[in-house]
Amino acid sequence: MSENAVDPDRRRFLTGTASVIGGIGAGLAAIPFVATFQPSARAKAIGAPVEADIGQLEPGGRLIFKWRGKPVWVVRRTPEQLAALESLDGVLRDPASSESLQPEFAANPWRSDKPEYLVLVGICTHLGCSPNFFPSTDAEGMGSDWQGGFYCPCHGSKFDLSGRVYAGVPAPTNMEVPPYHYVDDTHLVIGELEEGAA
Amino acid sequence: MNMITKGLVGLRDWVDDRFPLMQLWNDHMGQYYAPKNFNFWYYFGVLSLVVLVIQLVTGIWLVMNYKPDANLAFGSVEYIMRDVSWGWLIRYLHSTGASAFFVVVYLHMFRGLLYGSYKKPRELIWILGMFIYLSLMAEAFFGYLLPWGQMSYWGAQVIISLFGAIPWVGETLSLWIRGDYVVSDITLNRFFSFHVIALPFAIVGLVVLHIIALHEVGSNNPDGVEIKKNKGPDGKPLDGIPFHPYYTVKDSVGVIVFLILFAGVVFFAPEMGGYFLEHNNFVPADPLKTPEHIAPVWYFTPFYSVLRANTVDFFGVPGKLWGVIFMGLATMLFFALPWLDRSPVKSIRYRGTLYRSALTIFVVSFLILGYLGLLPPTPGRTAVAQVCTILYFLFFFLMPIYTKLDKTKPVPERVTG
Repeated sequence: MSENAVDPDRRRFLTGTASVIGGIGAGLAAIPFVATFQPSARAKAIGAPVEADIGQLEPGGRLIFKWRGKPVWVVRRTPEQLAALESLDGVLRDPASSESLQPEFAANPWRSDKPEYLVLVGICTHLGCSPNFFPSTDAEGMGSDWQGGFYCPCHGSKFDLSGRVYAGVPAPTNMEVPPYHYVDDTHLVIGELEEGAA
Repeated sequence: MNMITKGLVGLRDWVDDRFPLMQLWNDHMGQYYAPKNFNFWYYFGVLSLVVLVIQLVTGIWLVMNYKPDANLAFGSVEYIMRDVSWGWLIRYLHSTGASAFFVVVYLHMFRGLLYGSYKKPRELIWILGMFIYLSLMAEAFFGYLLPWGQMSYWGAQVIISLFGAIPWVGETLSLWIRGDYVVSDITLNRFFSFHVIALPFAIVGLVVLHIIALHEVGSNNPDGVEIKKNKGPDGKPLDGIPFHPYYTVKDSVGVIVFLILFAGVVFFAPEMGGYFLEHNNFVPADPLKTPEHIAPVWYFTPFYSVLRANTVDFFGVPGKLWGVIFMGLATMLFFALPWLDRSPVKSIRYRGTLYRSALTIFVVSFLILGYLGLLPPTPGRTAVAQVCTILYFLFFFLMPIYTKLDKTKPVPERVTG
């Protein structure tokens, strides 16, 4: 081969290997930049369980607690409200909560441990707004099948007083029931299923 | 030639020997031949550029006093408004500039639809323009979180949750975007970084590419006639005039009229009755309480309506995911326009009734969707939004058919003035 001749095979090989190795290197270098977007250690640590005192909660009322930066509601339902829940199956999307998120003990029509007290993550399963609490049965514009519940102002999703979603609204599943357990009759811990589990 | 002129010419020549200064000037201004029949609709390109400069300059000044910290952000904006000398003016210029940007960009895009500016050979200009539009939407969205008001917070919550609708990876993806389990200080910091560094770079770069591509193929015009097909003996298009001085002077009139209107809004109606600066955003962000009624800023409402209109599950896919898919498609379909449009003519002047009706129906649906997106949903409004969503998509999906069937008129050889 003369001094100035080009060996195309050799050049193609070198270009190919340089591209592959360089590409792998660039890909690896991107990993830290992508991974830095994940929640930091501090953000993860803030997700500890919170204790909720529900001693002051009247029947028909609601308290709001903050867990992992999200609102968690505790609603004390009246016997009439509990009775009305059973009549709603026909208008709900997932009345048995088979596609929804809740601890095992809450996969029932009242979606709670003690039927009287409902504990819910107060975030709509559609796009994350916090629905409003409309406990009365005659709230304006809610339709004839309304038995009290929660209404999301963002996109119009409706939930009953168990956080179960109505059919024909944008939200796909029932509202989430967080893990929780009772310490005694008036105190509960939101964020863990039993003492020391989280 | 006096001393000063001589000196300046000398300096120019010195630079020109080392940098293609005169070549750049001639390619883009002095000897860029633009069609002589530009009308009113051709102001909005240069106006977009003017607003971009306003946003860049006022943005740089705002960062001097703003604090990207969840505990301080809301207060620092109030500080800018009340205590910083002329801070209110800088901020109102920036907030009004955001809305003005979308006004001129929507009109600029509508011009493209009127005169077929996306058609061959200008497909790439159109695509680059669409990338600018998408970057602008991202820029506006990131910027809207920064005042850390109630609308900032819940708007960001909703938009980030959109990604959660994607099957399997959605929840992980939303967590990755937020960097936290809820929208928090971490989210605010990264949005600040995107808003003031990443996207401005991207937008300026894309604008440069958009203009280079435009000046390569040449501007379209209200007749949709290619002026490069009719050149004089000197090789210059017969229907073209040099951009400078003809259009620099003409555009300066448009810019002045625009600035008068812009200043009117800044000084007399900077909140625009809650449409440019929403009332709920004067309340600090509260992660535990969504305001009674939330709506995006006006320039996003058509797409927001499309999202909300999807309440029905079909093909085993929940309405929530359809909403996200259709909202994404509603913006992305514009990319396909150059290939969906089969009409032999560009300009609406020579198109037939079919395209004219389709464009009218599309614009009306877009406006109705935008209006509905500002209001709380009711069953009646949702039904109207569903009809308008279908009409919106039919404009695109049926385009290959109606543009082919359309009875077009003969296009003249030369522009008609």
